[in-house]
Amino acid sequence: MTPVKVFGPAASTNVARVLVCLEEVGAEYELVDIDFPGKGHKRPEHLARNPFGQVPALQDGDLVLFESRAIAKCVLRKYKSEQVDLLREGNLEEAALVDIWTEVEAHQYHPALSPIVLECFIYPTLRGLPTNQRIVDESLEKAKKVLEIYEAHLSKHKYLAGDFVSFADLNHFACTFYLMDATPYASLFDSYPHVKAWWDDLMSRPSMKKLGAGMTTRV
Amino acid sequence: MAPVKVYGLPMNGSVARVLVCLEEVGAEYEVVAVDLHTGEHKRLPHLARNPFGQVPAFQDGDLILFESRAISKYILRKESSDLLRENNLSESAMVDVWLDVESQKFDSVMLPIIFQGLVIPVYMGGTSDLKVLEENLEKLKEIMEVYEERLSKSKYLAGDFISLADISHFPMVHLLHETPYASVLDAYPHVKAWIAGVMDRPTVKKVIGLMKTFG
Repeated sequence: MTPVKVFGPAASTNVARVLVCLEEVGAEYELVDIDFPGKGHKRPEHLARNPFGQVPALQDGDLVLFESRAIAKCVLRKYKSEQVDLLREGNLEEAALVDIWTEVEAHQYHPALSPIVLECFIYPTLRGLPTNQRIVDESLEKAKKVLEIYEAHLSKHKYLAGDFVSFADLNHFACTFYLMDATPYASLFDSYPHVKAWWDDLMSRPSMKKLGAGMTTRV
Repeated sequence: MAPVKVYGLPMNGSVARVLVCLEEVGAEYEVVAVDLHTGEHKRLPHLARNPFGQVPAFQDGDLILFESRAISKYILRKESSDLLRENNLSESAMVDVWLDVESQKFDSVMLPIIFQGLVIPVYMGGTSDLKVLEENLEKLKEIMEVYEERLSKSKYLAGDFISLADISHFPMVHLLHETPYASVLDAYPHVKAWIAGVMDRPTVKKVIGLMKTFG
């Protein structure tokens, strides 16, 4: 069987969201880089994969997909096994809890934390733009409110959707990884012991160790 | 069986999304008003239902859920609705793709358009920020170009079958029709035809009725 192809640079948070799922299920995949400085994401062949001209895109035989969360779910469904069932779609209530915290990541966590990563890491190092400290400070305040709710939730449950690791947890990987690795705000989590323990537990997973080793900004 | 409860007002687009799914599966439900003006959503008992203090929240027996798209999927899965296509890998993936487009792209530009074009002038008696409106209407046009291309090749977003990805757009489209900016869609004939098809569904018409009478 031809391995699935993932289009985009591994360092992109949305590409990493897909890769961590492929690693979790142990699927073979091929990473096809997209030349961003050369506007490769706006060329016709990539626009045919993703009409919004963004990464990632995925090709699995005739099936071509975009939107990282949708791709990730497709991967987890296709390679689901008794050992690795990260969506729990066979259980109505568990699937709903996975969906809730997947939505929370998309609508609460990511909007609060990703501007910190963009302003402190992506813009200055990859685009030569200065950090806008006002945006960083506002985002830190928003992040604290979100993390307080995570702390209360994770003090009652080991993982976001319950006592099992799921897609909802994995989804937090890339953005949190960069926050910890590439910004001056890794200590943000210190005030939230249950969140910190949850993150440390996730980072001990082989999938995240492997991808993190390739993404690290430290020498 | 006790009917399920939806907390929030139908006029809220996210509440309306959940209601249309309940109508699609023909479930009995009760709408419990949460008064956003008095900050009821930021206090107990609502915070116990949704720790982020937003609407809707949903209760089915002992199970309490929040996040409208997660609730919608629960309702459709529970009643084995065909609107998710979860028994078909590629179809369900296309539903997820376009549901994410709705949530990440369409909804993100529609929220400021509805807030500035409807909520502020009509419900709060204030003045719209025209710069915010114009910026987001421009972004909406870019998104609609992609939709137009897609819908010129397939009848619905995920393929030739209607799905949650289509229906999930209806609340914001309806609210856009209530603003002076609905004509922004006129340049996209396939989008217009697709919207007409979605708005013509009896379930959608019924929920629009609730949005108008309930406030």
